[in-house]
Amino acid sequence: MSAALKSLFKTPAAARLASRSPRALFGSIRYNTTVAGEQITVREALNAAIDEEMERDEKVWLLGEEVAQYNGAYKVTALFDTPITEMGFAGIAVGAAFHGTKPICEFMTFNFAMQAIDQVVNSGAKTYYMSGGSTSCPIVFRGPNGAAAGVGAQHSQDYASWYGQIPGLKVVSPYDAEDAKGLMKAAIRDPNPVIVLENELMYGTSFPATAEMASKDFVIPLGKAKTMREGTDLTIVTYSRPVAFAMEAAELLAKEGINVEVLNLRSIRPLDLDAIIKSVKKTNHLMTVEQGFPQFGVGSEVSAQIMESEAFDYLDAPVCRVTGADVPMPYAQNLESLALPDTEVIYKQVKRVLNIE
Amino acid sequence: MDSVLYEAQRQGRISFYMTSFGEEALIGSAAALDPKDHVFGQYREAGVLLQRGFTLEQFMNQCYSNELDQGKGRQMPVHYGSKELHFQTISSPLATQIPQASGAAYAMRREGNKQCVVCYFGEGAASEGDFHAGLNMAATLGCPVIFYCRNNGYAISTPSIEQYRGDGIASRGIGYGIDTIRVDGNDIWAIYEATKAARKLAVEQNKPVLIEAMTYRVSHHSTSDDSSAYRSKKEVEDWSKRDNPLARMRAWLMNKGWWEKSEDVEVTKAAKAAVLKAFADAEKLKKPAVSEMYTDVYDEMIPELVREKAEIDALLKKYPDYYQVNDYAKST
Repeated sequence: MSAALKSLFKTPAAARLASRSPRALFGSIRYNTTVAGEQITVREALNAAIDEEMERDEKVWLLGEEVAQYNGAYKVTALFDTPITEMGFAGIAVGAAFHGTKPICEFMTFNFAMQAIDQVVNSGAKTYYMSGGSTSCPIVFRGPNGAAAGVGAQHSQDYASWYGQIPGLKVVSPYDAEDAKGLMKAAIRDPNPVIVLENELMYGTSFPATAEMASKDFVIPLGKAKTMREGTDLTIVTYSRPVAFAMEAAELLAKEGINVEVLNLRSIRPLDLDAIIKSVKKTNHLMTVEQGFPQFGVGSEVSAQIMESEAFDYLDAPVCRVTGADVPMPYAQNLESLALPDTEVIYKQVKRVLNIE
Repeated sequence: MDSVLYEAQRQGRISFYMTSFGEEALIGSAAALDPKDHVFGQYREAGVLLQRGFTLEQFMNQCYSNELDQGKGRQMPVHYGSKELHFQTISSPLATQIPQASGAAYAMRREGNKQCVVCYFGEGAASEGDFHAGLNMAATLGCPVIFYCRNNGYAISTPSIEQYRGDGIASRGIGYGIDTIRVDGNDIWAIYEATKAARKLAVEQNKPVLIEAMTYRVSHHSTSDDSSAYRSKKEVEDWSKRDNPLARMRAWLMNKGWWEKSEDVEVTKAAKAAVLKAFADAEKLKKPAVSEMYTDVYDEMIPELVREKAEIDALLKKYPDYYQVNDYAKST
């Protein structure tokens, strides 16, 4: 990675975004920010989760590039700035996990983690199995995933389907602050290697802070989806930032008498197939929404699994996949917007699937 | 053991093997360690396991992937591992063990129990990015780790002259600010002394050390390789005559008057008999239980695996003869 780019990534995400052109990053979405009551950003939720878990278990430590700079509160022995080499610090983390510690390995973005993917997949995910169950690898790989804004083809990819393929890994992708805190804490406590795919554009977004979330034992079970909105006409299965678009589209459709159910997967692997089947049996229509590429994506997998399940007989229309465009992410803002699914696309596709003008 | 298992592969009784011919002096490095020091090997370090007490039966069970294989038949032959002997299970992709060794060493440093990690690799693996990342990390983080490079002249078919243009692997250690020593890799005492000194530095000062041991790979790379395609038979024979660690050790012991030819014959004979017995015993054992296909992927089976296992269990119950269920250990 170039020095210029490194320095770009040193700037907190929110500051960087603010300095960009007047594009409305979140469209017209409101995340309850005007509602009275305590709010918490996704970033704060993630930090709280890590902070609490490091306090709870002294085996937990964090390493990555530039991590020691943004919170000096930790003990030096638990927080590490590493030289700039993804395969190096991923390998360090894996080795330290083999040796009884619980590292949280932070990638500046998952786009750079490709340089370390051998350590994650071939060593992190497989050693417990290949050692005959004698050497486990309790580790969390975390970092922003998917498209940010205006960072071009090499910094905008969604890796859910890449890691979601690998036996031995667990993969989660939080959407809101509740997901962020609960899934991160669960990931740290889990004895298996867990990939936490965060979204940079959600870091600064605020959500209501519930009393439940404030608990030091607020843990969301891995492998369970969350019904964000109940509906009867069509099920949207999605994860990460597009949950917001799906909710917004559902809101618009509700005004026209169309009731959409929105499932936030939360976990990519294990996949909560039971929740999807249950929902499809109710709505008889299924749409998947993701920012990743269409081929071999999360939507492809969901649709294949549904076809192989008893839910297939309940479908009144073919499954519809709404995905990112099958092109390297354009740098130009207008093209970038067009390459990603948004509220409008979801709204239109729901009507198409339901055959409503 | 190498001869017997090499022949067993040639006869189709096991799928793969790698011998350590010509590199036996490596065992000197194992002798210089504390038994609790953690070892990350590459694949030609059976000598370290032998020194630590891995039994012939254990070697054979692993190569035969039978029900007593500690790895439950999930790895290729020679990809040994032993938690009790602090020997990390072998990882096939080259050099991945190098940053992992630095990480384990870092964890040891945190524990503060004065142990170190030893990481073995070849001069070919030192071309991988992992090597550079692992050494730089170990140097900057102050990890108690000994990097032991077996420079045996060949990376599969690539001679070291085509592997690098610089002064071997040792010069790179200096570049990373790591204390480095190059030793005669066929001299067991030189290796022992160098490793002992390296261990002292690592454990007492939390520093990485690089040892480059110059040796010669008499073996083919593996049973998937025929080295006569890229080097002359004469070259191998010359090395075997001129500089072989076993011959040197034998001559040294005899010169001292501590070893007789008759003893040599006797010990060799007894060792061969023990190897053949372990070999025959391992071949007779059952394969690991079918249920082991699903365990250890996660700490607990995820729903997909539970579904798959139920399906397979039903099939095995229905068609026990077709699936030859009696060849496998009893499933749980």
